[in-house]
Amino acid sequence: MSDEFQIKNLNAFYGSKQALKNINLDISEKTITALIGPSGCGKSTFIRCLNRMNDLVKSFHLEGDILYQGTDLYSGKWDVIDIRDKIGMVFQKPNPFPKSIRENITFGLKIRGMKDRNILEHITEQSLKKAAIWDEVKDRLNDHALSLSGGQQQRLCIARTLAVQPQVILFDEPCSALDPISTAKIEELMLEIKKDFTIIIVTHNMQQAARVSDQSGFFLLGELIEMGKTQDIFTNPHDKRTEDYITGRFG
Amino acid sequence: MILLRSRSLVREKCVEGALFLSALLSIFTTLGIISILIFETYEFFKKVSIFDFLTDRQWTPMFVDKHFGILSLFAGTFLTTLIAMVVAIPIGLICAVFLSEYASNRMRTYVKPILEILAAVPTVVYGYFALLFVTPLLQKLIPDLAGFNALSPGIVMGIMIIPIISSLSEDAMHAVPMSLREGAYALGATRLQVALRVVLPAALSGITASLILGISRAIGETMIVAVAAGQQPRLTLNPLVPIETVTAYIVQVSLGDTPAGTIEYQTIFATGMSLFGVTFLLNILSYKLKKKFREAYE
Repeated sequence: MSDEFQIKNLNAFYGSKQALKNINLDISEKTITALIGPSGCGKSTFIRCLNRMNDLVKSFHLEGDILYQGTDLYSGKWDVIDIRDKIGMVFQKPNPFPKSIRENITFGLKIRGMKDRNILEHITEQSLKKAAIWDEVKDRLNDHALSLSGGQQQRLCIARTLAVQPQVILFDEPCSALDPISTAKIEELMLEIKKDFTIIIVTHNMQQAARVSDQSGFFLLGELIEMGKTQDIFTNPHDKRTEDYITGRFG
Repeated sequence: MILLRSRSLVREKCVEGALFLSALLSIFTTLGIISILIFETYEFFKKVSIFDFLTDRQWTPMFVDKHFGILSLFAGTFLTTLIAMVVAIPIGLICAVFLSEYASNRMRTYVKPILEILAAVPTVVYGYFALLFVTPLLQKLIPDLAGFNALSPGIVMGIMIIPIISSLSEDAMHAVPMSLREGAYALGATRLQVALRVVLPAALSGITASLILGISRAIGETMIVAVAAGQQPRLTLNPLVPIETVTAYIVQVSLGDTPAGTIEYQTIFATGMSLFGVTFLLNILSYKLKKKFREAYE
């Protein structure tokens, strides 16, 4: 397995406030990496560096290297649009566009100039199937996306991301607004699509990290305290702070 | 203590009563206006049939040969409104997209109030601006343009309406949740695609409401057209010749010494009632659209 991401000495700032301190970490392709830690520890900031979503925040800047397939994402060799072609993202709150279910899926393709109806139709079906929501929506693709339940909306957002065929999918607390059944569906889905995609998930839910991920990283106050195989992190953490957090002593 | 409290209770009651009376006053004023409109309009239609009113092609209440075809006046109103919207809608929307999606916060806080000053210029100033500056300027380009015409006041009215459209549309676009923009950016959309394909459609009902408000403002606008469009009711869509709008006609008759109770006097109310009906419907439509917009995002 080759390294998809290599992150070296990453420091990130909002204005003068440092959000990430000297992060070093490698992520292999076609694995699930879970990032855990209490609120405000920098894990969302970190994941948003990987598709340059932080570019939208004016006061944000970073130092260090984030190599994606060997090339620095922030070096100018990457166009930000190309990055987001390859690295998709699913957000904390389901954010379907206020359009029909079908238009939500085809949006990413249409903005790239895809007009062929048959292809659009085919990809819509494939993406919805992969996101395990096809059976629930196949008869009402023209319905408004906001008529779906929260869990369905989130799976629609996953399908929308799959439709543009990225190589990496970033999940930023994708289940925090969902009920346990929807959460289980999305976890199942992640394990299912893992064979085709590299997945990085930020989560507050430690059971979720333990259930789905191959490797886990523990963030605290902007630092990556510990990174390793999920099994090791949860059964035999090296750092006292990791142990305190996963045993529920704080956070 | 008890005495003090009862005294303050009395004062509370007085304040409440005074506030209630002032609220009542404005309601009664509105009711008064509407009832006078209805009454005089009723008197008017005793003398003129509604059919003639709606189908006659001439409007000549001051002549010996009297005609009461409201269409000639509404043609003027329609024409100036159309020209105004052709100017105001594209520029207003471009301003709104720029302010909401491209401008920095600093820029927005400065530019928006400056733009809104346009709406604070007295309309009579706009009227003379149209008559004495824009018309001569346009006449250099279009030699056929009459001194009074629909084109010049229409354009100036459009400029006046830009801030109504840009400001309200910007509010609607600004209210579109950031999460939708992020979702589109994450799919690889460019800034322009996010603005045009996500934010604009998501804010559509708010934007439509602003457009309708702009139209209703253009229809009701009086001073600019009274000064610069002429006083010749004419059933035409030619923007180069003098016309008369509904509002300008009302000004014209009100300024003269028309005796109360005569048919000329009653035309003021019949035309006023028609105008009120149109803008009232537009305002209801805009209100409904705005409400729909709120339901979607709050």
